[in-house]
This record gives sequence, structure tokens and C-alpha cells, in this order.
Amino acid sequence: MYKHKDLMELKELTADEINFLLDTAVPMKEVISRPIKKVPTLRGRTVVNLFYENSTRTRSSFEVAAKYLSADCINISSAASSVAKGESLYDTARTLQSLGADVIVVRHPMSGAPHLLAQVVKAAVINAGDGTHEHPTQTLLDLFTVREHRGEIAGLTVTIVGDILHSRVARSGIWGFTKLGAEVRVCGPPTLMPPGLAQTGARVFYRLEEALVGADVVMMLRIQKERQQQGLFPGLREYSRLFGLNRERLALAKPDALVLHPGPLNRGVEIAHDIADGPAAVIEEQVTNGVAVRMALLYLLTGGGAHSEADY
Amino acid sequence: MSALREKTRIIDQDGIRRALTRIAHEIIERNKGTDNLVLIGIRRRGVPLARRLAEKIKEIEGSQVPVGVLDITLYRDDLSTLGYQPVVRQTEVNFSIEGKKVVLVDDVLYTGRTTRAAMDAIMDLGRPRNIQLAALIDRGHRELPIRADYVGKNVPTARLELVEVLLVEIDSVDEVVIMEKT
Amino acid sequence: MKLIIKGGRLVDPASGRDEMTDVYVQDGIICTRFVPDKSTEIVDAAGKLVAPGFIDMHVHLREPGYEAKETIATGTAAAARGGYTGVACMPNTNPVADNRFIIEFIRKRAAEEGRVSVYPIGAITRGSRGEELAELGDMRDAGAVAFSDDGRPVSDAGLMRRAMQYCKMLGAPVISHCEDQTLAAGGVMHEGYNSTILGLKGIPASAEEVMVARDIILAAETGCPLHIAHISTAGSVALVREAKKRGYPVTAEATPQHFTLTDRAVARYNTAAKVNPPLRGEEDVQAVREGLADGTIDVIATDHAPHTFDEKNVEFDLAPFGLVGLETAVGLVWTELVHTGILTPLQVVAKLSQHPARILGLDRGSLAEGSAADITIIDPVFTQTVDPEQFAGKGKNTPFAGRTLQGLPVITLRSGLCIYAA
Repeated sequence: MYKHKDLMELKELTADEINFLLDTAVPMKEVISRPIKKVPTLRGRTVVNLFYENSTRTRSSFEVAAKYLSADCINISSAASSVAKGESLYDTARTLQSLGADVIVVRHPMSGAPHLLAQVVKAAVINAGDGTHEHPTQTLLDLFTVREHRGEIAGLTVTIVGDILHSRVARSGIWGFTKLGAEVRVCGPPTLMPPGLAQTGARVFYRLEEALVGADVVMMLRIQKERQQQGLFPGLREYSRLFGLNRERLALAKPDALVLHPGPLNRGVEIAHDIADGPAAVIEEQVTNGVAVRMALLYLLTGGGAHSEADY
Repeated sequence: MSALREKTRIIDQDGIRRALTRIAHEIIERNKGTDNLVLIGIRRRGVPLARRLAEKIKEIEGSQVPVGVLDITLYRDDLSTLGYQPVVRQTEVNFSIEGKKVVLVDDVLYTGRTTRAAMDAIMDLGRPRNIQLAALIDRGHRELPIRADYVGKNVPTARLELVEVLLVEIDSVDEVVIMEKT
Repeated sequence: MKLIIKGGRLVDPASGRDEMTDVYVQDGIICTRFVPDKSTEIVDAAGKLVAPGFIDMHVHLREPGYEAKETIATGTAAAARGGYTGVACMPNTNPVADNRFIIEFIRKRAAEEGRVSVYPIGAITRGSRGEELAELGDMRDAGAVAFSDDGRPVSDAGLMRRAMQYCKMLGAPVISHCEDQTLAAGGVMHEGYNSTILGLKGIPASAEEVMVARDIILAAETGCPLHIAHISTAGSVALVREAKKRGYPVTAEATPQHFTLTDRAVARYNTAAKVNPPLRGEEDVQAVREGLADGTIDVIATDHAPHTFDEKNVEFDLAPFGLVGLETAVGLVWTELVHTGILTPLQVVAKLSQHPARILGLDRGSLAEGSAADITIIDPVFTQTVDPEQFAGKGKNTPFAGRTLQGLPVITLRSGLCIYAA
């Protein structure tokens, strides 16, 4: 059962709620596999994609998910909207409320912006990535993908590598995998490692080789060039040498280890191309599963899943 | 939620068995055999009924008819008025229904809305040659122009009553009872 | 005009008195016992504490320039309601109080509209830009009681040293908002577990401590009195403790938010809890309380920083720092420090009145005969829940809304005249 009005973060969800979301994504994936990928479920509902940050991947995934469920989908990007004219998030939220949005999917460069939105609107708000806080739907699709391959999350060792400090994917990943019983390791340069991670249940590593030993899942994060300009690490070449995933390093993980990447990839920096295109990588499956997970979420946030049997 | 009280048991285990045997014969008769015939059970209790019918047909004709499972939750027409939505389960139709004679199997035929949703769901899976409907119980009170091709038993009911089909596969007993809202 | 405050418990740290006694006032001055006549006003203070008027030496009145946030009239009304008889206001107005004309303007406005005494603080550098010294001597003549680039700390150590040399000559303290900008680097809350899980950029404790250490060293060298504003970390408390042990001319203040709240108050991106220095960790709050108890921290000040609803009703990163403190400070002091046994009433009154008066060189902070009759009367059992809608100040940005406080000001007298009565 999923009881929240919104999806803000995985930190506040229970293992049961996460599993329920994943279970609901299973029939959604079946719908995607059909020749006619459309069910009438959310006919007459309006989903607004409110994106203050560019994102082809996540935005189109939500858009497709909404359309497969027959919802009307409106895309608002910051460049084209009154946001560019300096309208506050508060006022934008009130406008969308008045337009009758049922679900607002928001991506924002600042942590906590979806919380502000959710406090203002009656519509369900889905956090599609806020600042360096969380990216819950990314982790849900990662969990779904790993579960499809391994059956269960509990007992797995998951290694997240890269710029943990600025990664909302890492934060959601730590909560999601930990709550479902996996051991989470994080690895990256100390200047890109936020304080207090031990309190989340994750173990911190600074040497990639140690972090990879015995791992079932390796999640590589994108390293952004701006961080080098900010002086947070010396350079991409060295970064790649210390924290890049290549064949020799992947051999330290379990033989059937899965490699995840939230995309877009920096080939040759955090991930060697033969790994990205190799058998361990499930990066394309992640994209498909993203649609299924987001369909499940849209369904549940519009009221679904509250009763197992209904009088019909 | 109002309490329910068991009023009458209307069919027992033998009754269910006999009804299904008859329906199996009628399906074969009407379709002149089992060529291009598939059975699709509507979740939940239509599914074991479809499997049992397939068994019976095999006993009679010696050929295995494919059985699929249909979840109609995503096709319900009352999602926006319910205020809640039921749990979605997977549809498992692992064969093409293109040009097939599809027999939908449900436990109780009531308003017809489930059948309508099931037909929409079937159409999204492909273009069958025709769709037929088998129901163990027809309790009346139709809200749509829908009629069953095969009926186990017609049971006149009041609106306040509830017809409950219990099956061994799910409920560990085979019987049909009428419940009354108190 | 005669006034007798009867039946109260006098708490006057300047004379060390803490006893049941009546207080006599004539023409706005504390005087010796007299026989009341018909015109004598009697204030019943039974069960209450009678203290020298509280002085908040760290307030933002926002006028001139930001009158939507607060004005001298509304800010001083908030002060009176909070039990204060005087406030020192920071120079980060628009224009910045970096010259004698702004100092004179503030004093004039305060004389016309101020409910309490207003003591302006001048900027250390022109425009508080941290580039060149402001005309400190001129401002001192015009009535500036201290100098500070509050909110925009002087990052150039050489410039800070010259400012201290100058202020030493003028006999005015430098009030330092200690924050190394290269370490704070755009942070919006305390750096720690909570900033990590909220994904907000952290301000490490070291950002404050590095500059506290620097300024202590400069004060020791120049002999200029240094007052550390809103001390917030365990490390800063230790540095000030050591500086005092060595006899350096260093004093420090702490705010109610820093001895009450931790960074957990930022949960769910509550912009009312966005303040600079940020709300710190549990061990820091503990250290601030210890510093208050052992005398390392001389003063309790509020850093009253009003903002409008719209300014705070935005993304956490975009919200301005600051919270309003004038109308909750005394209640928090009694609830968190006195009723918990951390400080005695005598110690608390010293930090709210005597010490700020001494540091700023004001003839206030005492109820000795001949002193101005600035008096705060506290009811130590009076209990109220904080409701920002009841505030006299314009700013409602408080993280304490809904919190129940016990021990509140009930009467505030300035020069013998009632400026607030509950």
C-alpha cells in the first residue's frame, strides 16, 4: 500500500511501500511489451511535467508513462514558461493547481523545491530530481532492474561510485537499496564525499578496488566537468585512473555483477566503453524499466492500489 | 463497511462440477471443436474456472486449449469516481489472439462492466475472430447490453445481495453462496 | 513623576543584588526610598523579577532601505514587547550605515519613532565591501557605539588589522561576524549528516572557527576590544575561552537559536530555520550552553533579522538568512537556561543587560541609585505559545512558532515610562 500524497524522497518510504511500487510496475511492464502500448486507465487526468532543468531522459520517460496510461501530458520547461519571467515557484504552483493538474512531475536544480510545491498544491507531486537531494524514480527503476535479474535485493552488495556529494541518485540509491536489505558501499574522492554517510547505513570507501570486491551491483555515477573547474578534484584523466570502471576492476566484483549507470555516460571517464556495452551493463533495460516504474507511480498517486478487491 | 451475512448456499461442489462440464460441452459444440479456440480467465476467480474448463475440454476432445489470464484493473471505467484504485496484477496472455475465438471466463456476470473492460483489454492485445462469454453465475441487473453465451446458473438476486463464488484454488472450498448486506 | 515597583525580586548583577525589595523611580531615575503620595504610581511586581532593562546588541532594524521587512518604529515596538529597552542596530541597511549621515538619520528616526533606545553600529568598511575603511572616527562622533561588517565579514586580514588599530584609538569595539567565505562557499546550512541527506550545501564549523582564531590574534596584537557575534560552534567557544584565559580583550555573544536548536530544525526545508551562522549540531549547542554557564560567552543577543513572507516562501537556496528573535528571546532564555538550572537569574540578567551595556560603553545595565529607570519585569511562571501573528515586529520568520515558553517579560519601562505591558 502507498499512502503518501506525493513522492518526495525514498528516505521517508518503508520497505513495504517501495516493494509495493515495484510490484505494481510488473503489470505495467507487460503493458509496455504489447504491440498496442496503451491502456485507458488515466483517461481525463492531467499530468504536468514541470522541468526547471534540462533532462531528455527523465522527462520523456514520464511523458511516455503518462501517455501509455492515456493521461493528458503537458510539458513546461523553465526556458519557455513564465518562470523565465521571474515568476516564483509558489505562484507557478498556484497556477498549475488552478489549471487542474492531477499530478505534477517536477525537476528542479535546488534541493527541496518539490517540497515547497507539494505544500501549495492539492495535486500529487513527484520529485523527478531536486538539486543534490534525491531522485527517487531513478532508484526505483534501478531496484526494479536489479530485482528482475536477482529476484531479491536483500543480501546483495551494491557499490555506488563517483561524485557522491552532488549526486541525488546516490542519496536515493543509498536509502532504496538499504531499506530493501542490501549492503551499500559508496566510493569516490574525499572532496566529493559528504559528511555523515555512516549514519545512513552506507560504508565509505576511497579505493575503488576495495569497494568492488564481492559486489553484486556496481552503480557508476556521472562525473561533471564543472566540479573540476570548482577545484573539487584535480582532473578527469586522474579521476578516470583512480575511479573509472574498467575490465580489470570489474573482475573484482562477483562474476555475474550488474553494472548500472543513470546516464548520460561519460565514456572513457567513469566507465570504459567495453564495460558500458558489455554483458554486465543493463543500462538500456534501465530506460525501459523507468517507464514501467513511472506508470506504476502515476497510477498509485492518482489513487491506485488502495484496495485489493473491489466490488465491481 | 457494512457487514455481510451468509444467506443461502445455492451451489455445492458437485453443482459447480456439473455446470462446468455442461459449459465445456456447449463451447465445443458451438465452436465445432477446438480449432483456434482460446480461453481467457478474468482475474481472480475467472482464472481457475478457465483452467478447469480447459481440463474438461481436454477430457472430451483430447486437445489442449491455451489459457490466458486477464487483469482488467487498468480498464475499469470507475477509477476517477472510486477515489481509490485496486491493485493492478499482471495480464498473462502468452499466445497471439489474432484471428482466435476467445472465450472470456468470469465467475459472476452482474452489471456487465467487467466484461466491457475485458473486451477492451482483449482488443488491445490483438484482433480476435470473435469473443464469447462464459459465466458460472448470471445474477442479472445488467447496466450494459451484454449477454453471456454460456451460463452455469441463472440466479435472480436483489441489489443488496452479493453473490460469492468460492473455489478450491483460492478459497479451499467449492461453493456459491448469496450474502446479504446487514 | 513618581513610581514604585512593589513586592518584586530585584535582580541587579551590577551591584550583585538578588533580593526582595521595592524599586523607587522619580523623573525616570532610580532613587532612594520616598513616601508615596496620591500621584505616585504603584506597579505590583509580586512574584516577578525586576531587572535592569535588557539591551539587544545585535539587531537588524532594516531602516533605511528595507522598510518592507522592518522599520525603526516596528522593530523597536518588537523590542519593547520582548522586554528590551535598548537595541544596537547593524549597519547593513540600504544605503549601508558607513558614514555619519546614516548614523545621524538612524538616531533621529529613533528619537522620533523609537519605542526603545537605539544604538547604531557603523560599518567597518565602505559599503561593507571589505575594500577600504569607512570613516570610523566621524561615525564615532555621530554616535556609533561599535563597528561591524555584520553579514559580510572582512576577509582581508590586513584590513581587519587596520580597522582594529583605528577602533582601539576610538575606544569602540569591533563586532565580528566570523565566517571565512572560502570555507562557507555558498553553503546554506550546517555541514553534517543533515545537510548530506537534505542535499543542501553545508557551511562547515571551520568556516567560523578559522576567523574567530584570526580575529582573536588580531585583537591580542592591537589591543582593540573584539566582540565575537553569534558564536555557534564548540570550537569557537573553546577559542574564546582560551583567549579570555590569556587576558585578551575578547567578548562573545550567543543567540537563543544557537543554544536551543540544532540543524534538525531545517528538516523539510523550513526556511524559517535558515540562519547565518547556521543551526549546528547537538555537541555545538551543548558547548554554547557550557560557554554561557562558565562565563566564556558574555552576552545573549538575538541577531533579529526580519524578512517578508514572500522572501522566505521560496526554494531553500534562494531564501535569505535570518530569523526574528526580539519577541521570543527572553522566553527562550528562561525556558531553556533558567528553568533548566543552567544559569541563575543574576547570570542571565548580566548577559541580557549589564554586559552588553558595558561592552558598548552605555550608562545602562544597572539599577543603582541615579541610573536611568530602564526596567524589565519578568514573570517567571507566565506561559505562552509563540504565535507570530501576535508579533509587534513586521517579520514573522521564526522557527519557534507553536513552541510553548515559560518566563516572559510582562512590563517594560524606559526612563520610568511604560513602553510595554502584557
